[in-house]
Amino acid sequence: MGIAEFARDGRVVLGDRPGAAVVAAVSGFLLLDLVAKLAGTTVFFLGTRLLGGSLTVGSLLSMVVDGLLVGLAVGLAGIGLSMTYSILDFANFAHGDTVTAGAFLGWVAAYITAGLGTGAPISELFMLNSGRQLSTVSTFLPVLLGLVVAGVGSIGVVLLVDRLTYRPMREADNISLLIASIGVALAMRYLIAFVFGTQTSGVASGGLRVTVLSTVSVTDNEITLLVVSLLLMLGVHLLLQRTKLGKAMRAMADNEDLARVTGIPTERVIRLTWILGGSLAGIGGYLLVLESGTISFNFGWILLLLIFAAVIVGGIGSIYGAMAGGVLIGLVDSLALIWLPSGLSRASAFLVLIVVLLLRPSGIFGGVSTA
Amino acid sequence: MSAVDSVRDRLDALPDVGLVVGFIASIWAVMLVLAIAVGGANWANLAVGFIGSVTVLIGGYAILALALNLQWGYTGLFNIGIAGFMAVGAYTTAVLTAPTDPAAGAVPGLGLPLWVGLIGGMAMAAIIGGLAALPALRLKADYLAIVTVAFSEIIRLVVNWDGLAEFSLFGAPVGTGGATGISFKSANDVAAGLVNGVGQPLVNAADGIGVSGPNLANLTYGVILLLVVAASYWVLTRITNSPFGRVLKAIREDETVTQSLGKDTRRFKIKTFMIGCALMGLAGVLFRGQAGYISPQQFRPTITFYVFAALIIGGSGSNTGSIIGAATFSGLLFYLPARLGENVSLGGTRAPGNIIDAVAGLASLDPLPLLAYIISNVSTLRFVLIGVVLIYIIQNQPEGLLGHRNEPATSVSLDRPQSGSGGEADE
Amino acid sequence: MSEPDAAKRQETAVTSDAIDSPLLEIDGLRKEFGGVVAVDGATFSVAEGSLTGLIGPNGAGKSTTFNCITGIHEPTGGRVTFDGQDITGLAPYTLANRGLVRTFQIARELSDMTVLENVMLAPGGQVGESVVRSVTPGLRGDVIRDEADVRDRAWETLEFFEIDHLAHENAGNLSGGQRKLLEMARVLMTDPEMILLDEPLAGVNPTLEEKLLERIHELRREQGLTFLLVEHDMDVIMNNCEHIIVMHQGSVLAEGDAETIKSDERVLEAYLGGDV
Repeated sequence: MGIAEFARDGRVVLGDRPGAAVVAAVSGFLLLDLVAKLAGTTVFFLGTRLLGGSLTVGSLLSMVVDGLLVGLAVGLAGIGLSMTYSILDFANFAHGDTVTAGAFLGWVAAYITAGLGTGAPISELFMLNSGRQLSTVSTFLPVLLGLVVAGVGSIGVVLLVDRLTYRPMREADNISLLIASIGVALAMRYLIAFVFGTQTSGVASGGLRVTVLSTVSVTDNEITLLVVSLLLMLGVHLLLQRTKLGKAMRAMADNEDLARVTGIPTERVIRLTWILGGSLAGIGGYLLVLESGTISFNFGWILLLLIFAAVIVGGIGSIYGAMAGGVLIGLVDSLALIWLPSGLSRASAFLVLIVVLLLRPSGIFGGVSTA
Repeated sequence: MSAVDSVRDRLDALPDVGLVVGFIASIWAVMLVLAIAVGGANWANLAVGFIGSVTVLIGGYAILALALNLQWGYTGLFNIGIAGFMAVGAYTTAVLTAPTDPAAGAVPGLGLPLWVGLIGGMAMAAIIGGLAALPALRLKADYLAIVTVAFSEIIRLVVNWDGLAEFSLFGAPVGTGGATGISFKSANDVAAGLVNGVGQPLVNAADGIGVSGPNLANLTYGVILLLVVAASYWVLTRITNSPFGRVLKAIREDETVTQSLGKDTRRFKIKTFMIGCALMGLAGVLFRGQAGYISPQQFRPTITFYVFAALIIGGSGSNTGSIIGAATFSGLLFYLPARLGENVSLGGTRAPGNIIDAVAGLASLDPLPLLAYIISNVSTLRFVLIGVVLIYIIQNQPEGLLGHRNEPATSVSLDRPQSGSGGEADE
Repeated sequence: MSEPDAAKRQETAVTSDAIDSPLLEIDGLRKEFGGVVAVDGATFSVAEGSLTGLIGPNGAGKSTTFNCITGIHEPTGGRVTFDGQDITGLAPYTLANRGLVRTFQIARELSDMTVLENVMLAPGGQVGESVVRSVTPGLRGDVIRDEADVRDRAWETLEFFEIDHLAHENAGNLSGGQRKLLEMARVLMTDPEMILLDEPLAGVNPTLEEKLLERIHELRREQGLTFLLVEHDMDVIMNNCEHIIVMHQGSVLAEGDAETIKSDERVLEAYLGGDV
């Protein structure tokens, strides 16, 4: 392609799609800056620092690992949000609190199991109050049990909520459903607060440190998060591609009326959407607490916007999108620290969310539903 | 006819001003009864305290609900970033009015008078609202909702950031105070000044029955806030009962048709959004910043959902409904349960510290521990109540109390003109 | 076998020249959706003050052409000229202010507003559409005066279409036929020069249909309005339209008066499904 054509095409892009051009320019600048930082050089311009600084490969790698881990769990939790959005056709603002609920159920189970026989009173164990911190290596079975309980318990929670709240409103418009979900979010969150209190409890910490690539260290808990997330994502993939149910879900996400007409039992698909989405949300929450070590009644709510970001960036309705979006947002959230002060790094993920909604609302995998 | 319908008929029969005054008066009465019931000898002071606080809440939520009603109830713009615009208004006012030479460790400001700060706060909120609106208003409702809440969170993170805690604006030192917040001219002081100045006789009389000065000042502030509500209502009613309001309703119904009839809908939406945001900014100062101190924690997204609840209860699309809904929400769902929880005790039963101990009592058929636990945690449970009420309303009575009314968006009487002359009314 | 393109263009060119004072001119209009070409080089004109019909089998591109003219879609190519000015791709609200309005195939009444509100919405340049003027005490007087005029005109228009008894009804409670009348009334309030009617008679009973057509003719006579009408009912088109344009597969197949069209074999074949 000749230079002239390239220039002309460039001008067309700039004129027609200024948003995309700006994003490209900013990304390019950030990339240059990253390279400069890694190289340890600084570029000055008229007395102010334009590019560069210092950043070791080690810290970059550990940021990547952090972002990846959080992103995987967020992506796992996001699958449910994405599916509800496409199959039930509304933005579920109670999803964050589902994450919290599942996490609490799982951790209470893990705590009680780990505490059996230690003489600690049940009330202390239930309230996650004994000060003990679990880790995968030291309390493998309780942690595993907690994981299962988180998944199964969440299913109960979401099915109950659906029965009480959304099923009577199946034909309602998506804004009404959204508002109902806000009510659900409030009710759930403060029920959890009523039962467990509003304090933050420390329940887990890494038991074993492993050094990878001689630069990054990860704990056993983090490895658990990685392994479980990947296994579950693989499982979901197989479900969607190889089973009849999975095909039905994909069909319904594409076009509900069509699916109804062709005889796919939609009430059943809806229930299974909740089951799948809810269990993954609960497990995602459980894993996030395992990695961060603390749990509180509103941690899922606080995370909700991040989960929304993951889902929208990845493309609503696309399960693979939710996974990829989760990882992407996790990385953005973590890597933002290279360029932004820590108080603002979370804002970068939200900024990405806004930019995607404005420029490419269908997300990365947009247009492809639930597959 | 269902119970709600008969309540509605009775409500419809009253003129709007009477409706609002009656509602608020009833809530005052409830507070008075509570104070008498639990206050003992101190009932008068308690009553004034309760009534003052609830009135401030009603005032604050009413302004916010009116603003949201304009944006969403009339125009269909689903803005859940209310907290963010409140923060913009409050922080702008703070920066403008904080003292230029504050106490050690406090954040300095430009030291301007409060009224300048208020106008600045509203203007800034409107401008930021306009900027946000430009790209975002073409999004469909649920995407707009997500963008506005993301935007609101970004604003909160920015004012929380210690990098802006102190900085320099055209040479003058100012700041946001970061996570610790900022002190500035207190609106409450205006009320206190009135009370202690002009209202001195009233203070003396009140003191005679045991009512403290600060409580009286708070009540005065509440009444002033209600006056602000009345002024906002006046302005908003003129906006909505006019061709402008008509276009807004039409945009909400079907934007394409509205455009096909020659209306530049984008302009209307941006103007509406800016006016609503200005009001939200005002509420940010007068409500959250009443005592002359704000911090980022006060502007979390949750308040947005409370305003939504208030508007939906009252009936979105109705200005009067906004105020009634705000009164119902803040008085009955927000304030009353907390006061009940504080003041009702089960004669000696100590509330258990956690739910296990509370439920343990049931094993020996003793409900008291559980009841005591519930009562001591009413503050938490009221939010469960709010959530449930919201769900109930959206399922069964989505139009709330007054949303069913058809309030024609016009500034004249709509009767058929008599042959020959055109009839006019209103104003 | 398809007609050789050149001959087709010549024929339509001849017919276009035959129209005096065209108010609306479509020249080589083209619209693609992804890979699908919905409108493929449509060219025709509409004479001022005429009642022109636009017909064609399903999928001919009539609605898309309408949407391209009225700014709902942006044309991929071609030109639209109205009253001598290029209006290709302009936004709907601009067109309405220049005197070009349309009704919708599925009546889009603003259901939560009353009939009267619907109709009072329509006129352009209402003083009260400014926030400042609506609120400021002195200026509100102007708004009120303007509103009173709009209201009076609205009542007149409703009476003209004989739906005045429904003035205070919510538009959502109207029957299908009444909604069509409301659409017409509303569009008329914008004081247009030309109205594009998208299947105004679909689902309308014969009595109402007659009334509606009567009104349309009256508006032509008394106010010199121009109408472009898309309809499936052949009798209506043949009996009322002085000029008829037939579209097929995205472009203009034939043009002329009722007699010409009736006797055009290609038109017949197009409707019967044969490839022309």
